[in-house]
Amino acid sequence: MPDSHIFRCGPLMREYSRSVLPIFLLCSVVTLLIIVSALSIGEVVLSVPQTLQLLFQPDDSAQSFILHELRLPRVILALLAGGGLGVAGLIMQTLVRNPLASPDTLGVTTGASVGALLWLSFFSLKYGSSAMPYAAMAGAAVAVSLIFLLSWRSGATPLRLVLTGVGVSALAGAIVTLILVFSPLTTTFSAWIWLSGSVYAASWDKVLQLLGIYLWALPILLVLLRYMKILQLNDSLAIGLGVAIHPRRILLLLACVLLSGGAISLVGAMTFVGLIAPHLARLIIRSGFFSQLLITACCGGCMVIIADLLARTLFLPADLPAGIFVALAGAPLFLWLLIRQRT
Amino acid sequence: MRKGFFLGAALLVILAVLSMMTGPRFYSLSQLFNALFHSDPTRTVDIIIHTSRVPRTVLAMGVGAFLAVAGGLMQALTRNPLASPGLFGVNAGAALFIVFASSFFAISAPGSTLLLAFSGACATGILVWFASKVSNGQLNPLRLVLAGVAITALCNAFTQAILVIDQESLDTMLFWLAGSLARSDGASVYPVLFLGGVLVIVACMFAGQMSVLNAGEDIARGLGQNIARVRLLASIMVVGLAGCAVALAGNIGFIGLIVPHIARQLFGSHLRHTLPACALLGALLLLAADIVARVIILPQEVPVGVMTALMGAPFFILLAQRGGKYAG
Repeated sequence: MPDSHIFRCGPLMREYSRSVLPIFLLCSVVTLLIIVSALSIGEVVLSVPQTLQLLFQPDDSAQSFILHELRLPRVILALLAGGGLGVAGLIMQTLVRNPLASPDTLGVTTGASVGALLWLSFFSLKYGSSAMPYAAMAGAAVAVSLIFLLSWRSGATPLRLVLTGVGVSALAGAIVTLILVFSPLTTTFSAWIWLSGSVYAASWDKVLQLLGIYLWALPILLVLLRYMKILQLNDSLAIGLGVAIHPRRILLLLACVLLSGGAISLVGAMTFVGLIAPHLARLIIRSGFFSQLLITACCGGCMVIIADLLARTLFLPADLPAGIFVALAGAPLFLWLLIRQRT
Repeated sequence: MRKGFFLGAALLVILAVLSMMTGPRFYSLSQLFNALFHSDPTRTVDIIIHTSRVPRTVLAMGVGAFLAVAGGLMQALTRNPLASPGLFGVNAGAALFIVFASSFFAISAPGSTLLLAFSGACATGILVWFASKVSNGQLNPLRLVLAGVAITALCNAFTQAILVIDQESLDTMLFWLAGSLARSDGASVYPVLFLGGVLVIVACMFAGQMSVLNAGEDIARGLGQNIARVRLLASIMVVGLAGCAVALAGNIGFIGLIVPHIARQLFGSHLRHTLPACALLGALLLLAADIVARVIILPQEVPVGVMTALMGAPFFILLAQRGGKYAG
C-alpha cells in the first residue's frame, strides 16, 4: 500500500500522507467531545444524551432555548475565532520564519484594539457599540496596510515585515495606553474587558458575520497553501524554483489578516491563541503543512472553547472574559510541553 | 567612533540641563545654577529643583541606560533582533506582584512597591531561565524566548483576572502600565540606581565574552569558552538591569528593543562598542522622551512609556526599512 496519496485537480493538487489520518480522526473526535461537554455544562447542567437529543430535535423547552440560542452560538463562535487565530498564527510563523510571529507581531491585534477603543471612547455614546467590530476591523486593516507600505521596497522581506510590524504595533500600543489613561474609569474598564477578549453575548448574527469574513480567506488558502513549503525556504531558492514569491506572500498575509482580524473584531483582543496553537500543533504532528494547519485549527478552537467554559463556570454568577483563561490554561500547558521536550 | 561618544555625552549634558529647566514652570539657566551651587533651602525654585527635577533627570538617564543595555545583552544572548528584556517576563512579573499586593494586602506605599516590583521581576526572570534550561545546563535561545512569552502571558492573565475582579486597583495599575518617572520617594530610589549602575559597568566589561559567543556556538566552544556560564551571567545581568528599571519607572517598553538597533547602526555591531553606546543612547532617548512628555500637553503630562513608543516607533520603522538585521 503506498504511503501517500496524491489528489490531482488543477491548482488544488496536493499530496496526502496516510500516516496522519489516525491523528486527524483523534483530533476531530476530541474536538467534538469538547464541544458536546461545553454545550452541556453551564449554570443549567444538561446530561449528554439530553444535549444530543435537544441538539437534533429542538423543542419549546427552556433547555432547548438555552442550548440553541445561548450556548451553541457561543461555542461555535469560540471554535471559529480560536481556529482562525491559530491558523493565522501558523501561516505568519511560517511565512516570516520566526516562531514568535503571531497576529500581535504583525499589528493586527493592536491595530484592531486602537479601532475598537477609539470607537468605545468617542462614538459609542452616540451610535451604540454594535458597530465596534467594523471599527476594529478597520483599525486592523489600517495597521496592516501601513506595515506593508512601510516595509515595501520592491518586495517585502520577512525580516523587514516583522520589524516594521513590531514598530507599528508599539505605536498602536502606545495609543491604546494613552486612551486607557486619559479616558474616564468606566470607559477604561469596558475597554479593559475588550482587551482581554471574551465570547460573552455571542449570537448567531456574530457567527454568520465571522463566517462571512472567513469565506473571503478560504479561496486564497485553498489555492496558495501548497506553496507554503517553498515560501519557507530562503527567497533566492524559492525564486530559483520558479515561484513568484511576493504576490503569494501578500495574498497569504491578506488571508491571515482576514482570519485574525475577523476573529479579534468579534471576540476582542484574545492574544495568546495565535501564538500558542501552532506550537501545540507542531508538538502533535511534525510533518506536512496542511496537516499542521488542520490540527492548529482544532487546537486553537479547543483552547478558546475550554477557556470560555472555565471562565463562565468557575466563578458562577460572574462571567469572566475567556481571554484570561486562554492564557491561564494555555501557558502552563505550553511550559509543560517545553520542559518535557528536554533531551 | 570616539567622536560619536563625545558628541553623545555632550548632548546628554545639554539635555540634562534642559530637563532640569523644563516642567510646568520654566526656570532660567541662572536660576538653575543658583539652585544647584548656591542652594537656599527657603526658596521655592530651589526646593522644586532639588526634590523633583534633579531626581527625575537622574532617574530618566539611569532607567534609559539600564533598559537599553539589558536590551543589547538580550538581543546578543538570543541572537534575535526582536528580543527585548521584557521577554524575561520582568515587566509582567513586576506588575503581577504589585497588583497582587495592592488588592489582597492593601500594600501601596512607594518604597514597598519598589521592592515588590524588583522581586517580582527577578522571580519571573529566574522562572523563565529554569523553564528554558535544557538538562545539560545549557541555555537554548529559542527555548528562552518561548518560555519567556509563555510566562509573560501567564503573569498578564493573572494580573488581568485580579483587575477584572477588583476594579479599584485598575487605577493604580494604569500608572504602572504606562510607566512614570515622577517618584516622590527620593531616598529609596538611590540604592536601586546604584545597583543598576554597577550592572551596566559589569556588562560593558563583559562585552568581549559576549562577542565571542556571538561568533557562533561552535567557534566559541572551539576558542575554549564556557558557553553555559557566559549565558548564565548574561541572563543574570539582563534580569537585574531590567528589574531595576521596572522597579524604578514601571513598564517603559520600547527602549530595550529599539536602542540596540540604533546603537548597532551608529557605532557598529561589535558588542564592546554597542553596549556602552546602548547605555549612552538609552539615557539620551529616555531623557528626551521625558522632556517632551512633560511639555507636550501642558498642564498635563503624557505617560513617559507612551511617549517613548510614540517617539521611538517611527525611528524603529525607519531603521527596519534600511535593513536592521541582527549582525552579531
